[in-house]
Amino acid sequence: MENIISPENIVYQKPKLLNDTDMHYCPGCSHGVVHKLIAEVIEELGAEEKAVGVSPVGCAVFAYKYIDIDWQEAAHGRAPAIATAIKRLWPDHLVFTYQGDGDLACIGTAETIHALNRGENIAIIFINNAIYGMTGGQMAPTTLMGMKTATCPYGRQADLHGYPLKITEIAAQLEGTCYVTRQSVHSVAAIRKAKRAIRQAFENSINRRGSSLVEIVSTCSSGWKKTPVEANEWMTDKMFDFYHVGDLKNTVED
Amino acid sequence: MAKMKGAIVVNTERCKGCSLCVVACPLDIIALADKKVNRRGYRFVEQTNPDACTGCTSCAIVCPDGCITVYRKKMDN
Ligand SMILES: Cc1ncc(C[n+]2csc(CCOP(=O)(O)OP(=O)(O)O)c2C)c(N)n1
Ligand code: SF4
Ligand SMILES: [Mg+2]
Repeated sequence: MENIISPENIVYQKPKLLNDTDMHYCPGCSHGVVHKLIAEVIEELGAEEKAVGVSPVGCAVFAYKYIDIDWQEAAHGRAPAIATAIKRLWPDHLVFTYQGDGDLACIGTAETIHALNRGENIAIIFINNAIYGMTGGQMAPTTLMGMKTATCPYGRQADLHGYPLKITEIAAQLEGTCYVTRQSVHSVAAIRKAKRAIRQAFENSINRRGSSLVEIVSTCSSGWKKTPVEANEWMTDKMFDFYHVGDLKNTVED
Repeated sequence: MAKMKGAIVVNTERCKGCSLCVVACPLDIIALADKKVNRRGYRFVEQTNPDACTGCTSCAIVCPDGCITVYRKKMDN
């Protein structure tokens, strides 16, 4: 055993860009997995010095504390507007936003849609856990029909709350987007696919091919009141029925 | 025949005991430690049968906090 545990035998370790600060996320939260993938992709692209992230308001508000690249914190929902400015001023940089569904699909809907429609050369990483995680599990525009949250304790009803919003489907219709995909991070296979999607979106930003949107269908075990393992099961069972995983648009020839 | 032997090292202080690695391990050889917690009060995971590990990296890939380092070596006997 001891002679296996030696640096030359390492086949997996935490990416270096993901620093040693303890992440504040709840146990099992999808945010952590996606942070890890972002750090891995930036390292693999060698883009440590030219990556700029824009962090949201929501549980990922402290993303800038964990991944050692340049960051700008945005006001709630405004990350795509900030990213637009950064990318226009630094056209050769990799510029991405990292946003939850409350941030991106509720208060920031206008910024999201217009940045994508303008074809800004940015990547948007969209963590859709169908809930406002940070503030205690309130209903979001993305909450599923019938799903119980703190503000719809009897389940979401169409007559009272309207219907869940599929921003990613809207994004695929917009001329400005070059790559629109929906992924998840609940299994080894899904994580590998999500990583490829993030890599492609980041390459699109660097190469100024237009806007990319990578939705990650995610869990919020605290907001959903489940264990992390149950939350992944609930997600594959319920969320995937409505939020279909896969590429919606890809205009980039590889 | 050459056989792959693996080993994992868990950063037990960083681990939050979410147990996603427990269900990801195809050999079912990771479990929450019994009656032990880290400085933040989380039960952390341990390997229950280190000799069986093949170093497949499944546990480390699914870990949201990057707590697991995986080693793999080809053994000659
Ligand atoms: C202008 C403004 N309005 C409302 C809030 C309260 N607030 C904080 S986070 C949040 C939503 C978070 O949900 P989401 O973006 O889905 O992120 P998650 O925590 O689920 O990852 C809200 C409404 C705020 N901070 N600022
Ligand atoms: S509240 Fe939900 S989204 Fe926020 S860190 Fe906890 S599990 Fe993750
Ligand atoms: Mg959310």
